[in-house]
Amino acid sequence: MADILYLTELLGLKVYDLKGRVLGRVRDAAIVPLIDPQRVDRYLIGGSGTSWLAVRHDQIQRISLNGLRLRDEVLTPYHNDEYMLRLVRDLLDQQIIDAQGRKVVRVTDVTFTIDGSELKVLEVDVGLRSVLRRLAQGLLPRDWIRSLQSPIAPQSISWQYCNIVEPDPQRRLRLNITHDFLEKMHPADIADIVEELGPEDREAIIASLDEEVAAEALSEVDPDMQASILEALETEKAADIMDEMDPGEAADVLAEIEEERADEIMHEMEAEDEVTELLEFADDSAGRLMSTEFVALADDATVAMAVRLLKENPESIEALQAIYLLAGEKLMATVPLARLLLAQGDTLLVKLAAENSTRVKVDAKQSRVVELFDKYNLLELPVVDAEERLVGVITADDVITLLRDE
Amino acid sequence: MFRRLKYHIAVFFSVIGPGFITAVVDNDAGGIYTYSQAGARYGYLPLWTLMPIMVLLIVTQEMCSRMGAVTGKGLSDLIREEFGLRTTFFMMAILVVANLMNVMANFAGIASSLELFHISRYFSVPLGAIIVWLLVVKGTYARVEKVFLFATVLYISYIVAGILVKPDWKQAALYSVKPEFMFEYGYLTMLIGMVGTSVAPWMQFYLQAAIVEKGVGAKEYAESRIEVIVGCVVMTVIAFFIIVACAGAIGSVAPRDIKDAADAAEGLKPFGTYAYLMFAAGLFNASLFAACILPLSTAYTVCEGLGFESGVNFGFREAPIFYWLFTLLIVVGGGVVLLPSFPLVKAILLSQVLNGILLPLVLVFMILLVNKRRLMREWTNNATYNVVAWTAVVVMIGLTLALIGISVQQLTI
Repeated sequence: MADILYLTELLGLKVYDLKGRVLGRVRDAAIVPLIDPQRVDRYLIGGSGTSWLAVRHDQIQRISLNGLRLRDEVLTPYHNDEYMLRLVRDLLDQQIIDAQGRKVVRVTDVTFTIDGSELKVLEVDVGLRSVLRRLAQGLLPRDWIRSLQSPIAPQSISWQYCNIVEPDPQRRLRLNITHDFLEKMHPADIADIVEELGPEDREAIIASLDEEVAAEALSEVDPDMQASILEALETEKAADIMDEMDPGEAADVLAEIEEERADEIMHEMEAEDEVTELLEFADDSAGRLMSTEFVALADDATVAMAVRLLKENPESIEALQAIYLLAGEKLMATVPLARLLLAQGDTLLVKLAAENSTRVKVDAKQSRVVELFDKYNLLELPVVDAEERLVGVITADDVITLLRDE
Repeated sequence: MFRRLKYHIAVFFSVIGPGFITAVVDNDAGGIYTYSQAGARYGYLPLWTLMPIMVLLIVTQEMCSRMGAVTGKGLSDLIREEFGLRTTFFMMAILVVANLMNVMANFAGIASSLELFHISRYFSVPLGAIIVWLLVVKGTYARVEKVFLFATVLYISYIVAGILVKPDWKQAALYSVKPEFMFEYGYLTMLIGMVGTSVAPWMQFYLQAAIVEKGVGAKEYAESRIEVIVGCVVMTVIAFFIIVACAGAIGSVAPRDIKDAADAAEGLKPFGTYAYLMFAAGLFNASLFAACILPLSTAYTVCEGLGFESGVNFGFREAPIFYWLFTLLIVVGGGVVLLPSFPLVKAILLSQVLNGILLPLVLVFMILLVNKRRLMREWTNNATYNVVAWTAVVVMIGLTLALIGISVQQLTI
């Protein structure tokens, strides 16, 4: 196994030139992610002078626990470089996202493997063991610290799962940081991560996500935070994200935002009319709880027609519980989706309808909705207006969210 | 226009909590003792210090809540990011010890206030500890905060007690605005003690973390600031009534030193059972309240600063250090009150010394942080505010150093 070196140990290591004279000590180390995401590319050396020197990785002959030995005489003064990720300045003590553990952690130390003349970042350390190491470094001999820490279980995150949060998109490009890994996560996990970060990082992450993912993640975020994130985004971006949300949910979020700003965002939205209508309903009404996305057919439709309709709109079946039958626009019956499975293609849907078609008026109180769900053990409840026209549906997870918020 | 106003009122109610709770918990068992002692010994004379105390409190609390709202990060987070792990660890270590002593003082407050109702401390302290533990561990933040907010209402009992004593309101009003100096050792010690107990390091950490946890952003900050200021004013009003109650009942009849806050409640007895009961009930409420908040805030702050999982929204397994620290503070803090020979007074003095060492550091870091444009963007202090803030900090540091001196002297006697 290759030797291990910790960043805390690297800092302060002596740097020797060709003749074995001490040039100075290591003050920071930098990676250039565009070239190699793991290898330490530059070592910043502080000597007797005020300015630091930069040593390139190929100027080093050997790295060991006793110091760095150089093979080259020509050293350049360090100057700030936008392509460098400096481990002490940019990583140590800062928050990063652990993509595997799906959470935000604070970096206490970094572990390298020594590979002849090169250092490679192996993992980032968090937890008690690394805290001890940081505190004791310089006060106790290195061997003591290493044996002191050995009984404590290490808590480390493999470097490939470490994701730095960088609000500036320019710098993100230069450092080769993407937030793509987030898009593979469950929206609820993204929401948890976003909630842990500061406002700037939070907004940067939401803004860099695909609108659909952003909308899903955002709807899992705490309502107060939703509002503050959306207010901070560019109006167009905010509107695009809101369009990806269910109009009912979008209306709820917009209700939390200051009036003028909410109007601005709404004007940019495609679903402006829908959302405006929903916003007319009282805060605690069924109308505010409902989603306006549902599948409805005329009351003379057959199973085959229903299946065809669903095949043509595959995105609609994701959380589908029932198909609604309409006479004109009026809600006639509810057909539980599962009943279609056993029916012949030419069966009329009406024959499969639930025995009683429970429904709720759009202006009914939300407490009434909860009662109905409880009483009839519903998974989904259609919402109708004064003329019995179907205007939306409320699903069990809307009710769960409602109850949890109380 | 009306809708706008309605929006702002709605926002105000959504941000209410952190500032209010922090300021009110400031009047914990130690604070009540200090104010009672001031009133009992010197009557209405010390009332004038409350105004400057209020200003100091507002200035420090306002900066913390602003930092929380703008950066979305706790104070220990920011100190860690900007000043490194060692500094943070050093501060956290002092904070834990100082807060542990404060927890002890508050469990002692629970014990002595309930002993006035003839409830043995061997019953009240363990029960109090269990209640505190369950409330925080088994509750969610939103629910816990509601319980806390309700507890702040119970501080009204001090106002009732103050009125029942029928103090001399004319004198009280006069000395509230007329500075009264006496170059007497006891009087100066008392003044310093009053200021020293009013601005404590833990409050800055707690307030900022609570603002972050609550999700108050820079946009709602205007409302949040009002909340913080209202909290500080309420805290001052309560302190006023505690002093007035003791001044009316003890200070203006037969001035004497009291040995603890429960002793002050006894002093109110001649003015009717209700005044006495109200004062005792207030002490119990304040002690229990602080015994909840202090361990919680300490565990939060330490875990945040050192990068361990923290928060009541995590389970015991996910955040073991957080829960162990919290539990330990309660068990040790409550436990020592039950030891007959434990030098509690010395422990409290020691906590004042430690707070005194920590506070200048915290305040200086706060001002440095709040002026970093990279962190605070357009929300940094302006020049005038900085003058006020630095003056406040220098005054606080001076007084705190004096308090350390006094405490050390008393510790060595």
